[in-house]
Amino acid sequence: MQISFTLNGRPTTVDVEPATLVAELLREQLNLTGTHIGCDTSQCGACVVHLDGLPVKSCTLLAPALDGATLLTIEGLQGAPGSNLMHPMQEAFREHHGLQCGFCTPGMLMTAVALAAEKPDLTEADVRHGLEGNICRCTGYQNIVVSVMAGAAAMNAAKGE
Amino acid sequence: MKPFAYHQPDQIPDAAKLLTSIEDSKLVAGGMTLIPTLKQRLANPPALVDLSKLGSLKGITDGGATITIGAMTPHAVVAASKLVQTKIPGLAALASMIGDPAVRSRGTIGGSVANNDPAADYPAGVLGLGATIITSAREIAADKFFLGLFETALGPGEIITAIRFPVPLKAGYTKFKAPASRYALVGVFVAKFAEGVRVAVTGAGPGVFRVPPMEAALSSNFDPSAIAAIKIDTDGLTSDIHAEADYRAHLVTVMAKRAVDAALS
Repeated sequence: MQISFTLNGRPTTVDVEPATLVAELLREQLNLTGTHIGCDTSQCGACVVHLDGLPVKSCTLLAPALDGATLLTIEGLQGAPGSNLMHPMQEAFREHHGLQCGFCTPGMLMTAVALAAEKPDLTEADVRHGLEGNICRCTGYQNIVVSVMAGAAAMNAAKGE
Repeated sequence: MKPFAYHQPDQIPDAAKLLTSIEDSKLVAGGMTLIPTLKQRLANPPALVDLSKLGSLKGITDGGATITIGAMTPHAVVAASKLVQTKIPGLAALASMIGDPAVRSRGTIGGSVANNDPAADYPAGVLGLGATIITSAREIAADKFFLGLFETALGPGEIITAIRFPVPLKAGYTKFKAPASRYALVGVFVAKFAEGVRVAVTGAGPGVFRVPPMEAALSSNFDPSAIAAIKIDTDGLTSDIHAEADYRAHLVTVMAKRAVDAALS
């Protein structure tokens, strides 16, 4: 079947089998390998992308669900338009060492950005609850939580400018 | 996954017709259970009937003494709904505890209730509040809907369209999460109405169930202390790698007390 959607701001049309997972479509057909497949069982969150602004696990999403929708992947995450800078959440992860091996990071970032966008006054408890679906086997989460708090504050500051 | 045909009807009768005419076809709502099931090849339906194009199944409406939630309404929308937060805060809290943010973006109330997973959260809320399940064919009281392990009163080709909740005086939900899956190891929903209290338990057994002794005790005194001494019979409760039946039985009382506390707060 043919599906049309907006991918990182660009209109995209692809032919897919209905049984295609969005994670597979992104990585194998569209060559966007920033979205990682960790567990492939909807638990680890490495594959989180934004579907119409909401965080979803792309390993548990059938491609037909994209038809008519807007999809944002880690490749589409960026700083202020034209600035060529990292997104404030990416910058916060770099600054606060919110990663070690980096495998879970794309999903962490996508979940974190959605979390911060949804709730401007994030508490640490909100962040820990919000990251329940993202597993990291390196960091022990401490620096990730610090990074998300800092990234959320930076996103708020950018919004206020 | 094995290949399947994909249908996206825009009318409920068309969806029902597809479901009955294609043998072994499955409905897909948010897909949070179905897609993992397909990936593990525990199910190999020849066709999926996607309900996402049925706009009439989405949204939350205020009926005064009731709230009606469309079957395709995602958990995140219920959790964030000012209407649900105001009228049945215990239900909004329940929705906010399901899975993780990504699951709450996609998973739907209708899908959860139709699937009737023994450790799902919504069945406790639906049974605890004595809700009514509205389908493409009829209305079914919660007390007659949940029949056991993944089994419901839904007939062939019958599709849940909405769930109507009576607004209680007070209600609360608490669960002990299985740490990895965040499913309820035991979850208890408590609701106080003018006519009395309802207590519904999920996760502890093969299906959601009510606890009449707790309902009687809480009807005369809606306080955690009223049920502190009530022990749950381990007969029929689940023992698995996550917990033995006696641990689950113990948790029912603990979670029920906390649910009453949540309802009172």
